[in-house]
Amino acid sequence: MGMTMTQKILAAHAGLDCVVAGQLIEADLDLVLANDITGPVAIHEIEKLNKKTVFDKDKIALVPDHFTPNKDIKSAEHCKCVREFAKEHDITNYFEIGEMGIEHALLPEKGLIVAGETCIGADSHTCTYGALGAFSTGVGSTDMGAGMITGKAWFKVPSAIKFNIIGKMNPWVSGKDVILHIIGMIGVDGALYKSMEFVGEGIKNLSMDDRFTIANMAIEAGAKNGIFPVDELTISYMKEHSKKEYTIYEADEDAQYDETYTIDLSALECTIAFPHLPENTKTVANAGEIKIDQVVIGSCTNGRISDLRAAAKVFEGHHVAKGMRVIVFPATQAIYLQAIEEGLIQTFIKAGAVVSTPTCGPCLGGHMGILAAGERAVSTTNRNFVGRMGHVESEVYLASPAVAAASAITGKISQPSDIGL
Amino acid sequence: MKAHGIVHKYGDNVDTDVIIPARYLNSSDGMELAKYCMEDIDKDFATRVKKGDIIVANKNFGCGSSREHAPLAIKCAGISCVIAETFARIFYRNAINIGLPIIECKEAAKGIEAGDEVEIDYDSGMIYNKTKGTSFQGQAFPEFMQRIIQSEGLINYINNK
Ligand code: SF4
Repeated sequence: MGMTMTQKILAAHAGLDCVVAGQLIEADLDLVLANDITGPVAIHEIEKLNKKTVFDKDKIALVPDHFTPNKDIKSAEHCKCVREFAKEHDITNYFEIGEMGIEHALLPEKGLIVAGETCIGADSHTCTYGALGAFSTGVGSTDMGAGMITGKAWFKVPSAIKFNIIGKMNPWVSGKDVILHIIGMIGVDGALYKSMEFVGEGIKNLSMDDRFTIANMAIEAGAKNGIFPVDELTISYMKEHSKKEYTIYEADEDAQYDETYTIDLSALECTIAFPHLPENTKTVANAGEIKIDQVVIGSCTNGRISDLRAAAKVFEGHHVAKGMRVIVFPATQAIYLQAIEEGLIQTFIKAGAVVSTPTCGPCLGGHMGILAAGERAVSTTNRNFVGRMGHVESEVYLASPAVAAASAITGKISQPSDIGL
Repeated sequence: MKAHGIVHKYGDNVDTDVIIPARYLNSSDGMELAKYCMEDIDKDFATRVKKGDIIVANKNFGCGSSREHAPLAIKCAGISCVIAETFARIFYRNAINIGLPIIECKEAAKGIEAGDEVEIDYDSGMIYNKTKGTSFQGQAFPEFMQRIIQSEGLINYINNK
């Protein structure tokens, strides 16, 4: 029987010729990731093990990004735990402040993951690397700790939903609108357990950054992973960022899919997810008059250079509305630097925004941008659950950088066309 | 490997908050957690349950938070196996990783009622309803997974290797 792209990668890493959906396998890992929240828990699990040496010091990534620069004493202690573990085990890919960035933007940028590899991370948005044609998924701390020691993890082979992408996006429509549209269509458990496999001639019209954004939010539809085929764009990205050898897997012609959807990019409009679930989507045109207090542009979903460019293009020559707070946080140091070189940071500051060092901070209501009761934010992040960005009576609306910037300028939910762009 | 016991039956979407309410999460001691297992959905479960008993449920068992306390409470209450139509993904992983066998089988979830006597053969994946004289083909556990369960969890499994 034919296999999906995900199934082929898993079969290869389990040393099997063929796997089928539902099969339980044990697979070799190419990369194991933890951050400053999940790392200490996994490190604690490792202390219960007899063998305490890691399987491969080059295949572990430790990224303190959530509460860094340390927001309080407790987070400082967590970071210290991860830092000392990294030192003790001589972990190659430990990223201290100054080198770090948000993990899911940083790892592809540093070339730590390439097509055909398998990765687990103790963070649910580990699914981001599917954009490169890799299998990657989020797990718990026990899995992660065991993975660091053994280099293996067990998986239940997922079935898949196929998304046939056709057409080309209109100006100001982006990867974020694509994935919000899809989640609105299938719901937050629409892909539970499953792979979301994106295929079709329209893929060539999606930039790498668009693909990262789309794969990043696969978990918001309940998926185990999201994955893109490898094309010339993927290959040039990997060549630019990595020295690792990649392997291209393609789904078999007769691969089985639970469902198939066709997504016509040309039919999509700027889309926004209302509180308190990513599936509560509307087009911005139909959002109605909703006043906002804060705008957040950044995160592992939309903190990459093309996101910042899109936002800056909207801000250019405008100023944020009176009383509006706008926080821009580039996802990595390299992106930050490039944004400075391109003059984007100047544009943000002139428009009345503040720019932060790379951190998860506001995305999870951690620090630097917490909302008070009754406040509303438009955010380019990926979750708008109750209390995600602060008080349980605050609200988060998820949107693209262009929509977030336009909303910052008008003070209410808006799209670039509303300010004549 | 076999399991054998009396069935406790539940419906759809049994979430981790009813399996072990958050108010008890200040302990991570399984035996302590077991005292409150299922308290909010089945008040006297903890006093009624006997070692070896089996939980059977419908869809999406274990949805909600990723707390490993939930499968631990079930296991320490004496439950030998959970059968459900489907499990929430992280609960599934956590259950295996702490050594609680769980099986997805839609037909069994439908064909087994509370109080039935059930036997499970992990090698073949067969589920026998001894009360009704019916049987169902569930998924057999591959060897490595049986070993994780026999070792009482992933950490011991790795230590025993
Ligand atoms: S930016 Fe937000 S979603 Fe992404 S890793 Fe950080 S906290 Fe998680």
